[in-house]
Parts: sequence; C-alpha cells; structure tokens
Amino acid sequence: MKKVGYLIFMILLFILFGCNRGSETPAPDASSPNAKSIVNKGSDTLVNLALAWAEKYHELNPAIEISVTGGGSGTGIAALINGTVDIANASRQITPGEIDQAKANGGDPVEFVVAKDAIAVIVNKSNPVNQLTLQQISDIYSGKINNWDQVGGDARPIVRLSRETNSGTHVFFLENVIRLGDPNNKTFFSADTLLLPSSEGITSETRDNPNVIGYDGLGYVTPEVKVIAVASDSSGMYVLPSADSVNSGQYPIARDLYMYTNGLPKGAVADYLNWIMTADAQAIVTQLGFVPIATQ
Amino acid sequence: MRNKWTEFALNWLIKISGYSAIIFVGLIFFFLLREGLPTLGEVSIRNLLSPRWYPIEGYFGLLPLIGGSLLVTIGAALFSIPIGLCTAVFIAEVAPRWAREVLKPLVEILGGVPSVVLGFLGILILAPFLRRFLDIPTGLTALTGSILLGAIAVPTIVTVAEDALDSVPRSYRDASLALGATEWQTIWRVTLPAARSGVITAIMLGIGRAIGETMAVMMVTGNAPVLPVKLSSFFSPVRTMTATIAAEMGEVAKNSTHYHVLFFIGLVLFIISLGINIAASTAALRQRQRSERILS
Repeated sequence: MKKVGYLIFMILLFILFGCNRGSETPAPDASSPNAKSIVNKGSDTLVNLALAWAEKYHELNPAIEISVTGGGSGTGIAALINGTVDIANASRQITPGEIDQAKANGGDPVEFVVAKDAIAVIVNKSNPVNQLTLQQISDIYSGKINNWDQVGGDARPIVRLSRETNSGTHVFFLENVIRLGDPNNKTFFSADTLLLPSSEGITSETRDNPNVIGYDGLGYVTPEVKVIAVASDSSGMYVLPSADSVNSGQYPIARDLYMYTNGLPKGAVADYLNWIMTADAQAIVTQLGFVPIATQ
Repeated sequence: MRNKWTEFALNWLIKISGYSAIIFVGLIFFFLLREGLPTLGEVSIRNLLSPRWYPIEGYFGLLPLIGGSLLVTIGAALFSIPIGLCTAVFIAEVAPRWAREVLKPLVEILGGVPSVVLGFLGILILAPFLRRFLDIPTGLTALTGSILLGAIAVPTIVTVAEDALDSVPRSYRDASLALGATEWQTIWRVTLPAARSGVITAIMLGIGRAIGETMAVMMVTGNAPVLPVKLSSFFSPVRTMTATIAAEMGEVAKNSTHYHVLFFIGLVLFIISLGINIAASTAALRQRQRSERILS
C-alpha cells in the first residue's frame, strides 16, 4: 500500500514538473546517412499527392518510412522553420518573412518544384453562368459585384466561399486573381467571404447552395459541382482548366507546387526528392488531377 | 508505522490533487499572459479595435471575433436554457419513475456525442434546411451555430440542474402541497428557488461549454469575420474566437505577431469565462446568504 502511494506520488510529481519541456522533442536528424524515416508535412492541396508518392516510394524502398500530414502550406513551412519536419509541402512560394524566420532559427530553406496545379472556380450545377473573366472574379470576391445577374446569371445574391487564410490556395487566389497579380494592389477578400476549413466544406456547400461561388485546387473538384471557364481579359478566350490547358499556359489560374527542405537535402531525403522528379513519380501526379512537371 | 505512512502519503496525494487544479489554472493564466501580452507592444490598440481581421496582412481587429463569439453564445443560451430547464424539471419533478430512468441516461448519452459529429449533421442537414426555410443566401450562419451549441449545452444543463432539483428535500414539496399550492406553483415557487444555486451553476456550465466549443462552430458558422451589429447578423456568417484560434494556430510560426495575437484572443476568452463564473458564483452565494438569514 505504501509503495503504491509512493508510486502515485512520484507519477504526480513527474506530471507536474516533468512536462516542462516535453513538447519540444528534437527534430529527427535528416542529414544522418542512416535516416530511414522522412517526416513530410504541409499543404492540404498537396497532401493526397504526397501520400501517393510516399506509398509508392515505400513499396519500392521498404526500408524508408515516409509520414505525410497536411495542415496548410504555412503550417508545413512553420514546422520546417521549427525543425520538426524534413520536407515541407507548399502550394505557394515561401515568403521573405518566412525565410528570415528560418535564418533566425539557423535554417536555410531550399525550394523544389514538384508538380503544377490549377485553381478551378466552381459554382452550383443549377447556376446558368458558364464563364467569367479574371476581372469579374476579382470584383465578385472583393465585394464589388454582389448579385449573379451582374455577370449574366439569375437574380440571386452571391455567397463567396474561400479556404482559410492558412491555405496556400487562399494566398495564391488573393495575389493572382483578386489582386490580378499586381503587388501594389491592396484589394481584400470581401469581409463576408465564408472561410471554410476544408476542401470538403467548399464542395458540399457548392453542391447544395445555388448562390455560391467557390474555388479549389483542380485535383479536388468533384463532378457534383460546375467548373467555370476563365479568360484573362474580356477579349481573350475562355478556357476550362485541364492538364493540357495548364501546361500550354492557356488557363490563367495555375501555379507551381513546392517542396522545401532545410539546407540542401542529403541521404534518404535527397534520394526521395530525386525520385519525385522521375517520370514514374510524375505519372502519379496526372492520376490525381494535378499537372506533371517536365521530366528529364 | 505502515498505516501512518499510508495515511500520510494519501493525505498529501489528496492535497496535491486539490491544489493542482488551482496551480494548473494559475499556470495556464501565466502562460497566456506570457504569450499573449507581447501583442500590446506589437500591435496598436487602434488596430486591435478595428473591424478587420485579416492576420496574414497584419490586420488584427478583434471586435468581429468577440462579437461573433458573443452572438453565437447568446443565441445558444436562448435555445438551451429554456429547453434544458424544462427537461430538468420534467425529469426531476413530473416524469414517472420509468420515464425518468430512461430519459436521464439518454440525455447523458447525448452529452457524449462528439461535437464534430454534431458539426457534420449541421453542415449536411441543418444548414441546407435553414437556408431553404428562412430563404437566406447561405445556411452557414450564427443561427446555425447557436442551434448546434444549444444542443451541446442542453445535456450539461439538464444533468446538473436535475441533480440540484433532486437534492431539494422532499419536505419542502410536501409542505407546499399541504398549504394548498398546485404542483406547478410548487415547482415554480418552491423547488426551483430552493435549487437556485445548482440551477445557476448548470446554466453557467452550459454556457461555458458553448462559448468554449470550437469544432462544431467552425464547421457551421461560415467563419467570415464580419462585425455583427444588426439583428440580421444572426442570419449571416460570423467568426468566433475559438474557431479563429483553431483554424490559425497550426499555421503560425512561434513568437510571430500573429502567434501572440492568437494567445491574446485566448486570454480574452479566458477572462470572459472567468467573468461569467465569478458572476455566477456571486449570484449563487448571495442567494444562499439571503436564505440563511431568513432561516435563522
């Protein structure tokens, strides 16, 4: 009885004082030549692709374990800066601020373009609008256009859907669509834009609600919603997003997808990244609805 | 000797457990202060009190978030308090024994349903229903969040209030009925006031659950940081403090301004809950003192 009491007392002490630094476990040492596990985190846009790559690579090299989690590009880069992951996935380029933070923490992020993606603008199937210019989409999201009849649709209020601000898709859309790629343009998302935490939320709301306009990565668009053809200006051609229209540069809302490592990758991480650039790995990109990069 | 030791150890164990609650609250408060207070040095008060929340570009207006949380919580209270109290009264005072034995466990099971499940029901059923029924642009509104939070708070209110009503001595009711009061008069004028402190605790615990709830709210309120100023705000999207912390905490780099502001929001939330709790316990205490005076 005495022993049990003592034990409980010790456990309690341990709980009280032992957890002081418990959460700051050191990062797995990626540069060590024996590293058999790779921690990979970041963009929700990239997470399915990264998982597919990880599974395939594990099949080819059973000794290498790759763990993949999502959370958003910002989350992945923050984790890279804090040293808890080997590879950060990002659907946007790292910002100068983040590079500074990484350098302040003694890191040096290195960038790899691993695939391409297009952002599809989606509406409900019952919406008669088929095509929009970039300017119109910008005006809708910044709150200048508030009714579908202003862009050739029914007289219905427009409900704007967006991903949360920690999504790389959000930042890309803000910079390249709402601000039309102009760095001096300070237009914002209209404050009443619904910020949904997941692609699933955007798809389900778009499927159910005839008032909404949404956007998401081409890889996440389901047949339950209607994809809008986009033109860069009113005299241009309206183009639907597809692998061909993205690679040929015709579809205006396309971007590169990135992986970042801290310093030049070594050992298993380097092998993995080299494999991702091969035609085999890029074939998986096509299967998941993204656009492959040109392989050597 | 052995017994003495056991006694000593257990005595201390219980003491430590008791004090640890206070220590933990103190530590949490200290941690929030340490991580949150740098906000006041980094962000101007003007910015914090502005109506725009757009953290990735340095706009940290807290008012829309505080307003959103209060709106949703007040709505939840309006739903859950009448329903919860009526259910508690029914179970404790009116229902026959067999109904009571079925109802109470059922309500407790309802309390055990994870909020993410309720959130899914909200997205798939409640939101589309409200949109059609009320003819509003989108179903992801403060109202939807209030109804879900109400459903989350009801089991807490019922369980605690029913226990309080149950512990009112039988003799109170007998005396009241003997004086010729009807059953309704007995419930409303005797039993409920006698159980008042327990009932207030029940309501406060319920509201506490509502204001701190995150997942369900994040899924159904649309998360648009709009300052709710009109009555119609109830039927439009809002962004709560908890949803903001949950959606954005994963993204931020440690010790960035955004990180500090998120902890500052946590601090505001903590102070609001503390205020509610203090108000409730003072109300309950005052009531007890009054009844003691009358009885003596």
